Amino acid sequence: MSNKKSYEEINKKIKEGKAVIVSADEVLDIIAEKGITEAAKYVDVVTTATFGPMCSTGAFLNFGHADPPIRMTSVTLNDVPAYAGLAAVDAYIGATETSISKGIHYGGAHVICDLIDRKEVRLQASSPGTDCYPRKSIDTCITLDDINEAYLYNPRNAYQNYSAAINTSDLPLHTYMGILKSNMGNVHYCTSGQLSPLINDPYYRTIGIGTKIFLAGAQGFVSWMGTQFCSGRSRRENGLPDAPGGTLAVSGDLRSMSTEFIQPAVFEDYGISMFVGIGIPIPILDAEMMSNVSITDRDIFTNIEDYSVKRRDKPSLGTVSYEELRSGFVEIQGKKIPTAPITSLHKSRQIAELLKQQIKNGDFEITKPVAQFPLTNTLNTLEIKRKGDA
Amino acid sequence: MKEKWFLTFPPELTEEPVTYTLIKNYDLRINILRASIGLNVTGNLLILIDGTPNAISEALTWLKTTGINVDSGDSQIIWNDELCVHCGACTAVCPAKALSLDPKTWLLSFSPEKCLACGHCIPACPLGAITNQKRRENV
Repeated sequence: MSNKKSYEEINKKIKEGKAVIVSADEVLDIIAEKGITEAAKYVDVVTTATFGPMCSTGAFLNFGHADPPIRMTSVTLNDVPAYAGLAAVDAYIGATETSISKGIHYGGAHVICDLIDRKEVRLQASSPGTDCYPRKSIDTCITLDDINEAYLYNPRNAYQNYSAAINTSDLPLHTYMGILKSNMGNVHYCTSGQLSPLINDPYYRTIGIGTKIFLAGAQGFVSWMGTQFCSGRSRRENGLPDAPGGTLAVSGDLRSMSTEFIQPAVFEDYGISMFVGIGIPIPILDAEMMSNVSITDRDIFTNIEDYSVKRRDKPSLGTVSYEELRSGFVEIQGKKIPTAPITSLHKSRQIAELLKQQIKNGDFEITKPVAQFPLTNTLNTLEIKRKGDA
Repeated sequence: MKEKWFLTFPPELTEEPVTYTLIKNYDLRINILRASIGLNVTGNLLILIDGTPNAISEALTWLKTTGINVDSGDSQIIWNDELCVHCGACTAVCPAKALSLDPKTWLLSFSPEKCLACGHCIPACPLGAITNQKRRENV
């Protein structure tokens, strides 16, 4: 048997019911038993997953035309503004947008979930009126089944590694990483660690543009590299970036999604975010891919950043492994500090398991990316300058 | 009359002899259940107090004027496991470890018998799955 497998061979084995498909957690026992080379021959697909708050989430909607028609210039959905600077009845509702009347207690993320749950949503829109679109306002109700296209388009999800958060100040901080207690009272971390998609494919060999993924219960796709894609970070020997690295832009049909795998998240005194469930199958093309998915929480390191420093670059109080973070406490400056995740490992595992079943049942084919991501991207910063300044 | 209080005091009040004042000035019998106090850091004190309704009411007023936050243990925390996604964002803010993640299944569980009803978990839950229910009217 050859030591390499093509996408076609793997899909053929899946069709014949002969493929070995395991999660990124389960594969670790197989590697321990067989070693990398033999495990690479034995296992065909490893499923990865994450279920955490991802602010960069939103949906494109096309409402269909009223009679007489309207070119919507300002749109609200259940009193939450949507961006309508597009064609006449297209809009984008961002997850973090807040309700005009209810503030952060209801927002874009809630509208998206109400649509998925087939609840009625109030659509209000206005327009200056034109010769081709004479109507100046509309106030109606829509459901997901009444409108035309409705798809999630998330510009930045599934971060490859992310810094943990701490607070050294005297006052508690309310952040997108949850409530950080004063005087280093807790450390919060995200990503699903050894189960996380881009941590298992550090150089984006099998995850690229066009990769089919599990997205909030639907079959979605990786549409582009995510924003703030920073593949050019320094990396450890195992390929993992030392700081937040790659990200994914993903899209998928709202009609096939389930609110079991996508939920609004309200962070007190911060705002709205959205828990998004993403699962990505990684084909084991050769021993190198098996070596990539052999990563364990012991081998994943991240910085602990001090969020009380209200600057772009926050000082790091040290580096810890996910194994330490998962143990329930870390030691910093001689002090034992409780840790807590904000990404649900339980849900992540549930998604990895479900994806495994879908592939086994022949409902989910493995896809080869149509384009690879660049490996040398760096981040620009935003500087304050006047037009014409060099 | 007995009450359970959860006191939170800011760093500048750690030198205030709170327990002494409550005993001396309000004739309260105090049983300290849990204390987390350090110089110039935010401190917590969970106490059982016993005294006349009048004394309890006056002591409460004094505590509030000094800037000490009092959560009287007359409420209970309700965890809605149907809304919960088991993320764990509530666990590190819980001083009593009443909310915890199982290290094997990573499912969240809530132990009401450990809960101090301090309420720190309520704003920490991004799903709004944790609420506070009054057992009876406040003192």
